[in-house]
Amino acid sequence: MSTAFKASRRSFLKGSATAGGGLVIGFVLPANGRLAQAAAPFAPNAYLRIAANGRVTVVCGLSEMGQGVLTAIPMLVAEELDADWAKVGVEQAPVDKAFNNPVFGMQATGGSTSVRGHWEPMRKAGAAAREMLVAAAAQTWKASPGDCRAAKGFVIHKSGKKLSYAHLAAHASKLPVPANPKLKDPKDFTILGQGLHRLDTPPKVNGKAKFGLDVRLPGMLIAVMARPPVPGGKALSVDDSKAKAIKGVHQVIQLPQGVAVLADGYWTAKQGRDALEIKWDDGPNAGLGSSDISKMLAEATTVPAKVGRNDGDVRTAGGTKAIESHYEAPYLAHACMEPMNCTAWVKQDEVEIWAGTQSQGPSQGIVSQVSGVAPGKVKIHTMYLGGGFGRRFAPDFTVDATLLSKMSGKPVKLVYAREDDMRAYFYRPVSATRFTGALDASGRPVAFSARVASPSLMEASGFMKLPPNGVDQFAVEGVQDLPYDIPNLRVEYARVEPGVQVWFWRSVGHSQNIFFSESFVDELAHEAGKDPFEFRRDLLGKQPRYKGALELAADKAGWGAPLPAGVFRGIAVAQSFGSYVAEVAEVSVGDDGALKVHRVVAAVDCGRTVNPEIIRRQIESAIVYGLSAALYGKITLNDGKVEQGNFDSYPVLRMNEMPKVEVYIVPSTENPGGIGEPGLPPLAPAVTGAIFAATGKRIRRLPIDRDLLKKA
Amino acid sequence: MITLYVNGKDMRLDIADDTPLLWVLRDELGLTGTKFGCGMALCGACTVQLNGAAVRSCSTPVSAAAGKHVLTVEAVDKTRPGRAVQAAWIKHDVPQCGYCQSGQIMSAAALLTQNKSPSDADIDAAMSGNICRCGTYNQIRAAIKDAAAALKG
Repeated sequence: MSTAFKASRRSFLKGSATAGGGLVIGFVLPANGRLAQAAAPFAPNAYLRIAANGRVTVVCGLSEMGQGVLTAIPMLVAEELDADWAKVGVEQAPVDKAFNNPVFGMQATGGSTSVRGHWEPMRKAGAAAREMLVAAAAQTWKASPGDCRAAKGFVIHKSGKKLSYAHLAAHASKLPVPANPKLKDPKDFTILGQGLHRLDTPPKVNGKAKFGLDVRLPGMLIAVMARPPVPGGKALSVDDSKAKAIKGVHQVIQLPQGVAVLADGYWTAKQGRDALEIKWDDGPNAGLGSSDISKMLAEATTVPAKVGRNDGDVRTAGGTKAIESHYEAPYLAHACMEPMNCTAWVKQDEVEIWAGTQSQGPSQGIVSQVSGVAPGKVKIHTMYLGGGFGRRFAPDFTVDATLLSKMSGKPVKLVYAREDDMRAYFYRPVSATRFTGALDASGRPVAFSARVASPSLMEASGFMKLPPNGVDQFAVEGVQDLPYDIPNLRVEYARVEPGVQVWFWRSVGHSQNIFFSESFVDELAHEAGKDPFEFRRDLLGKQPRYKGALELAADKAGWGAPLPAGVFRGIAVAQSFGSYVAEVAEVSVGDDGALKVHRVVAAVDCGRTVNPEIIRRQIESAIVYGLSAALYGKITLNDGKVEQGNFDSYPVLRMNEMPKVEVYIVPSTENPGGIGEPGLPPLAPAVTGAIFAATGKRIRRLPIDRDLLKKA
Repeated sequence: MITLYVNGKDMRLDIADDTPLLWVLRDELGLTGTKFGCGMALCGACTVQLNGAAVRSCSTPVSAAAGKHVLTVEAVDKTRPGRAVQAAWIKHDVPQCGYCQSGQIMSAAALLTQNKSPSDADIDAAMSGNICRCGTYNQIRAAIKDAAAALKG
């Protein structure tokens, strides 16, 4: 007999309604950190402490998933602290309100918000400490603070004498914390804007970095879970006799989400999982197929829907040439290198969670509900994330591990096998868009309309609701904010819910919508008989940041200059997460349809830079992630079952397919934009624009179908 | 009983012959630097060296490693190519999330053990079994070339 536990996944997701969905700005820096930092001589707030040896530790509440946050946040603090960078280290914060992400109002990492949200508060945290150290030195010298300055871990008097932060820390700790410390003029920055080495590189080259999967506790059991083969299904009956006969299998537990085998090690648990005999009730999605879903989407784009934007009047816009096109993008899995996992230990009055999670704040509340332990008694240890891309914002693995620990009474590490990870839903939404456009006699667009059909991520998230106009912001972002100067522009949204859980995926709605809208803009350029770069530039007169990125990318790529025989260019530009990125792709297409992307040149305007090397790497990273999706990415259903399971059926880009990538940064004095995601959206339309230049074939559905590219 | 030589130490283990080497390293020996990615030798995250050659430990039964030298990322600095690769990885700040990098480093160190001057095609052949979802391939290529140059110097 396996133990059963009844509760629905949806109720857990709904239980995470902590944020209310709106932006919460107005972060207040706590005058005193609520966290125990007593051991350090000087800890003026929750975000930093200075030890007696002068070592500075920055405490970071954000999750490191490769985007470099454990380097960028310390740089913000260290700049205003005037720390010696060689003495700066970083530590992962526990869950505490002090570490709420100012953009979300909860402790979570996503939406390329880390630097944007912490640009001011983290600098203020450092500046407050610097002012206190300067005051301590001034008191020591009986001098005016105005005659003292800070640099590289010292306070220096105008006479030339100086005292180290190590020396001053204990004294500074007795002084009042300034409420509104003065921030530097950016021209005086010595750390921000420098391509400093990442603080997390050394442990990531010697095997010492601890990811969620690397957690080991005494007496811990490893759980592997069989999940319903059809999304939304559940187990009707379980015969676990063969699984339990395996040496090392301890227990079989049935949860709403599947059936878990708990064993001494992963391998035993996996064998146990494979030995389970389960009869499944496939539920409402039995028989659902991807072609049915495509049909639902396409039909929804043919009837009027909710209006998100309506400039002028597209019906009376006139024009001499009109075109119409239909685009579609599939469900996508995140396929993080580290399969989802979580270690939970539910004790009498306390729960400890070890997880690579992007959402420790909401997870604390959800784990509290699931375990029956007060939220303040739920400790979350944030481990390194082996990729996040939005997937690790979801609470499923944390909830299931907590339930398994509660029910077994033991610490449990739940590990998804790769196939379970890929079939555990939480997909980037499918989406389709029907465009119509009209040009006047001079080839200038006079009307542009788009009708988007897609599931609602806002509703799926559990912490947001559709706004009163019924238009899901994620479903239309990248179409609704079309930057081109077109007088009559209408965007509509039709909510279509095929029944599969959807989730945030790197760059969210922009990931498909920029492919749609930029491709259609290319179609308009072609119809107008104009060059795709010049056509865009001419329509961006009121959008200097789009135009700046577009022109820099075109310039660096040598737009218009001859290419090697058989190589063609495409271009696209997008704004997402507060940053502007243009990309030029160079592509060749063989007679057999073989596609090769040779080079991608990107230009990014992300405002002031914190670490330009990390910026370049993040843009390149997003290009690779986007190229994998454009070339291969699709999750399809057949008879209700997800057809992909591992890297054979869900291929991703490999070393031998990697293009050359160049990234250029537009100089800017604007506040920083996001950087983890904005490099992705322009990639697919730049590549398919180049394919059109090479073959005259317009790709309107991702992933790119090579059969369409074969020479007839 | 199976005898393994892991990172220069003798290990005697009472374990089923068909247990993948990966889970022996991670769950039995606590060597968690070697990662689980796919379980089917498709992604390379679990790459270790067996008598100096790169193998996917998730699909190598422990019996196939009996009596052989197993080298993992925790001890790759005991070899000259391993040290050069790690130094180049640090110089180029190769890792992003870092999860695949143990496997990348073990594949790269094995390549440089066998080939002192790998061409781009050699690098493609040796490294295309190692997936990186953060897309660090160009940095990996640059670091391998750097490590090769350092080993010659």
